[in-house]
Amino acid sequence: MSKKEWPLWEIFIRGQHGLNHRHVGSLHAPDAEMAVNNARDVYTRRKEGVSIWVVKSTDITASAPSAKGPLFDPAESKVYRHPTFFDIPDDVGHM
Amino acid sequence: MYAQMVKSEGMKSSEEMSPEDRAFQDRIDRGEKIEPKEWMPEGYRKTLIRQIGQHAHSEIVGQLPEGNWITRAPTLERKAILLAKVQDEAGHGLYLYSAAETLGVSRDELLEKLHSGAMKYSSIFNYPTLTWADMGAVGWLVDGAAIMNQVPLQRTSYGPYSRAMIRICKEESFHQRQGYAIMMKMAQGTPEQHEMAQDALNRFWFPALMMFGPSDKDSVHSAQSMAWKIKMNTNDELRQKFVDETVPQAEYLGLTVPDEMLKWNDERGHYDFAEPDWQEFFEVIKGNGPCNQERLEARRRAWDEGAWFRDGLTAYAGKAAARRAGASVAAE
Amino acid sequence: MAAIAEITAAPDPVLADDGLKPALFDWLCRMGDNCLILGHRLSEWCGHGPALEEDIALANTALDLIGHTQMWLALAAEVEGKGRSADDLAFLRDAMKFRNAKLVELPSGDMAVTLMREFLFDAWHFEMLTGLTESASPRVAEIAAKALKEVSYHLERSSDLVVRLGDGSDESHRRMQDALNRLWPYAGELFTADKVDEAAAAAGIAPELAALRAAWDKTVGEVLGEATLTLPEIRFDVHQGGKQGRHTEHLGYILAEMQFLQRAYPGAEW
Ligand SMILES: [Fe+2]
Ligand SMILES: [Fe+2]
Ligand SMILES: [Fe+2]
Repeated sequence: MSKKEWPLWEIFIRGQHGLNHRHVGSLHAPDAEMAVNNARDVYTRRKEGVSIWVVKSTDITASAPSAKGPLFDPAESKVYRHPTFFDIPDDVGHM
Repeated sequence: MYAQMVKSEGMKSSEEMSPEDRAFQDRIDRGEKIEPKEWMPEGYRKTLIRQIGQHAHSEIVGQLPEGNWITRAPTLERKAILLAKVQDEAGHGLYLYSAAETLGVSRDELLEKLHSGAMKYSSIFNYPTLTWADMGAVGWLVDGAAIMNQVPLQRTSYGPYSRAMIRICKEESFHQRQGYAIMMKMAQGTPEQHEMAQDALNRFWFPALMMFGPSDKDSVHSAQSMAWKIKMNTNDELRQKFVDETVPQAEYLGLTVPDEMLKWNDERGHYDFAEPDWQEFFEVIKGNGPCNQERLEARRRAWDEGAWFRDGLTAYAGKAAARRAGASVAAE
Repeated sequence: MAAIAEITAAPDPVLADDGLKPALFDWLCRMGDNCLILGHRLSEWCGHGPALEEDIALANTALDLIGHTQMWLALAAEVEGKGRSADDLAFLRDAMKFRNAKLVELPSGDMAVTLMREFLFDAWHFEMLTGLTESASPRVAEIAAKALKEVSYHLERSSDLVVRLGDGSDESHRRMQDALNRLWPYAGELFTADKVDEAAAAAGIAPELAALRAAWDKTVGEVLGEATLTLPEIRFDVHQGGKQGRHTEHLGYILAEMQFLQRAYPGAEW
């Protein structure tokens, strides 16, 4: 076994022009440039992408899983943020 | 299956369950996905590492029996299809190792366990591929059996595993079909080709049935794994489903399934069929199958002989980073 | 099954020139055979690569080259006009009829030989295809344009890896230098024109091989320099003859393996 394992990278791919980059998976590479090349070979074998981002896995800061309630539950009560909250009479037409 | 006889850890009766254990089980029962950094019972984590690791090992060892024939493929198109298929399996290994890594084990650690024999891979890949018809039989039967297991696993409780399975299933869809397409050509080809096709079915039928593992209807390990939704069906259910789907496909090819006991059972609405030789299965698992030595040696050689390549690239990355750091210091 | 590489059969007066046909057939076989044999060598790595990512990348390159083979050999067969297919050419010619350069048939050895060979070839392939996109033959230009997109990436990747491994660890440096020393005397064949190359150039189908040299020298010089590798002090055109059908011993073994099924079961469909 080699002493130093290549670091792990998270791969984000923009599937089509105009869409957000989306997390598709991870891979190992010695540095960021090679991670981009490897991502092209591993994750776009079926023409799945137009742009690639790579981020070292250890550089990602995540919200604490235990904070899931406090972070996201408040949004639940703001139902007025969703268009379906508002009853608009059919006679008004498409809105 | 690709993960055979994985022992579950930490089975607890409901009295032994801690409040966390119970809350965790409730989440799974509600159909929630468990994500990497969230609390999970140690047994769940360990069992998953074992299962996903074994699955990943099976994908990359599984490259070898088919990889065997890439340089001998009979047409340019078959060569390209087979190469693309075997390459996909490398990708599947990569996705699965990544999923395992979210549980706090590194890919190199898992590979070391494969190379030392501490971790297993599916028994099926210890059988030889002897003729071109085997490329048909492997795609049709082996990928076919794998799909039986992988489709339900898309709904498994562990998020990264589930997402890897979704990606894999999308790619798998052409594997079984390319295998069956080869079988059709062979079965309907010259008498020699037909003979090769029948021979391939004869050799791969029972090893394919073994892929699902011995009956686990009374296994406590399986019960725990099913409660955790990291195993979705019993081995017997999947084996039966496989037989029921495969027998008509063999009939269409004009090939005979090598099982004299095979018979449609009207009452059950299923085929009755003979059990594989479980003695043989346990020998293969122990390392005494026809190709265990060759497969493991090939993996070890690739790893050992690749060490300078991996280390060389690491060395360059280190130098390049140092140069960049030096340049930015000098610029200040 | 649909053909993997679909090329439109546009009318092409250049290819219809009877006097040119024998040379043109040979020339197209050279293009196809280089891709076929190098693709074969790269495909041997599948399942045996030094890291999963590299295993997958090598297979991608091999797949591209098999695709190019299909296009070149299909056109060669069509120009020949004897009812042969690309598969017939690939699987039923013996070594003396193969037209690839010796460089691509040498055993892959370790990853250093594999990548250095790929780099030396890619750098030539890239210049060649770039020239061919302006071929007087629209069919040739069309294939070249398709292949060039993939080969640009091949060259980018192999250059990058040559630099990294050359300037990597002591061992990777040593291996890359050894590989360069071993392969260098085979590279020149790609640039040595004979009657076939001259005929293709005269008809405006292909660029003159000598004209590709300056750009190749520049790429190779820059990459090897960055890789801290030294050009060996030996002629680069010592080993010739592959493209006239006089090969190394290695090609026979490649063909024995590659052609086994078609030879053992003549006329069977697969
Ligand atoms: Fe797979
Ligand atoms: Fe597969
Ligand atoms: Fe598979």
